[in-house]
Amino acid sequence: MKAAVAIVTVVVFASVPLWLRDPYLMNALITTGIFIVGAMSLNLLLGFTGQLSLGHIAFFGIGAYVSALTSLGFDAGLPFGFRIVHDPWPPVAGLGLAIVIAGLCGYFVGLLSFRVRGAYFVIVTISFAEVVRLVALNWVELTQGPLALTNIPSITIGLPGVGDLVLRTKLQNYYLVLAVAVAAYILISRLVHSHFGRAMRGLMENESLAVSVGIDVTKTLTLAAVISAAIAGAAGSLYAHYIRIIDPEVFAFINTVTMVIMVITGGKGSLAGPVVGGMIFGLLPVLLRPIMAPEAQWIAYGGVLIVILFVLPRGIVPSLAQRFARRRSRAKTVTPGVFSERDAEEHA
Amino acid sequence: MMALAAAALKIEQVAVRFGGLIALSDINVTVGEGEIVSLIGPNGAGKTTLFNIMTGFLHPSHGSVSYRGAVLNGMKPHQIADLGLIRTFQRTSVFPNDTVYDNLLIGLHRQGRVGVLEAMLGQPRARALERRLRERAGALVEWVGLESRAHDLAGSLSYGEQRLVGVALALAAEPSMLLLDEPVSGMNASETHTFVQLIRNIRDRGVTILLVEHDMPMVMSVSDRIVVLNYGRIIAEGVPDAIRNDPAVIEAYLGQGAARA
Repeated sequence: MKAAVAIVTVVVFASVPLWLRDPYLMNALITTGIFIVGAMSLNLLLGFTGQLSLGHIAFFGIGAYVSALTSLGFDAGLPFGFRIVHDPWPPVAGLGLAIVIAGLCGYFVGLLSFRVRGAYFVIVTISFAEVVRLVALNWVELTQGPLALTNIPSITIGLPGVGDLVLRTKLQNYYLVLAVAVAAYILISRLVHSHFGRAMRGLMENESLAVSVGIDVTKTLTLAAVISAAIAGAAGSLYAHYIRIIDPEVFAFINTVTMVIMVITGGKGSLAGPVVGGMIFGLLPVLLRPIMAPEAQWIAYGGVLIVILFVLPRGIVPSLAQRFARRRSRAKTVTPGVFSERDAEEHA
Repeated sequence: MMALAAAALKIEQVAVRFGGLIALSDINVTVGEGEIVSLIGPNGAGKTTLFNIMTGFLHPSHGSVSYRGAVLNGMKPHQIADLGLIRTFQRTSVFPNDTVYDNLLIGLHRQGRVGVLEAMLGQPRARALERRLRERAGALVEWVGLESRAHDLAGSLSYGEQRLVGVALALAAEPSMLLLDEPVSGMNASETHTFVQLIRNIRDRGVTILLVEHDMPMVMSVSDRIVVLNYGRIIAEGVPDAIRNDPAVIEAYLGQGAARA
């Protein structure tokens, strides 16, 4: 049943370019897809360990900058008269490095901040994102500061027998993002269904009990932070090579907030949640633009957000799944006419 | 006095202070391999504090705890669990938002360690291990007699059933010694009776048991030896019959008048 829904979803997404010709909407779908991958990585922390990272965009931005700089090359000065010179590498190497370096940053943030939980973790992650933004803004020699890194090359993949394929068009990038999103989804799904995922759930639900059956808190939470940051870094790299221009605005707080909204409305702790929430809040601004005045768009955006949280407080996917399950069990156990509707609710 | 088997757990001269409050002082307890020892005493006597010391949730201000020769001072709770010393909790003994079955899968953590990369790539070894874990979880559910509740959320179970899940969780971690913190509180008489059988069964598998409990008939029937705590000190120690008639114990529980009577 779940597998069928997943396959249908992938097929529907794969067929979009066949009937959607509007390049503007295609662009919106691609950037939304990239942000959904970011939201999935955030969900791994927020939904499965209960830790809110309000600086999650830092890992995304680090991935974007690392990937861009790796493929552009740079020549930057270091303290004590050292210089670091790097010749351009292929963008795929940039993607790999983005994953590794974002993961490393996740390791250090995790190590530092899982000693301090809850609100302290939130503050450490916000500060981390702000520090990284200031570095990107002020280390002009490396990052061009507010002038932005431009002309970032598109991703090139070598296909056996075909030669190098440069993913320049929207159509190619759409499928690249779809492939990465599916891969990220499968990885996260396997992870949360493995013993490691159960360790995370255990820690979130009852930490004392979890450690008493042998679960290592620091190791589990740090590893979750590393994997989450690495996936966010991959999303950032895709973003850099698709948009092809990166400036420090990528670290803006609103980008983290957008990801958090995607996860919370879709349903934290649910694998499909960030996808559903991401499609709604990624595309909503784009869909509202032609039919509303700019100032009304954000009011509508906020209105939709509030309505969803009121009607489905646990998030769209978990709330609907629960209703669906209740209806099914009612159909199985209740003979029509014997119980009133209200009784059936209670028995379900 | 009975002849002691080889010592499994040794608590030597342990003292705990919280600021100016002395919670425990000069505690010396030895539990032999395969013994069932009970720790009793009025509320606030320091029983749970002693449990927390043994399992690394608290650190003693003085003295040492060792298990099978390994000194536990300074170890983290999960490291102590790795030595086979597993505890249950007085109040929150389950993962409430997971099914009973999933609770046990979480409890099987120590048996299920596999590389994260292997798990993510879905390699055959990881999948085979996962299958074994599921079988084991199913067997444990059956063993504590909760088959019919296996797919209900643990938080929705009755208090007594939750205690059973807590014990099954601890067993899932394959203990060589089990520390049970008030396991039968909230159980009715027949549940308690079944539980006593369960404890004997566990001991017969070679697991050493240390029990904190208020239910005196249950303690008297199941224990090989009883240690009595009051105001953070050991006031008596011995076989159930000796403890039953010990004036210091009667005084601690019922007050001075009762002891003289």
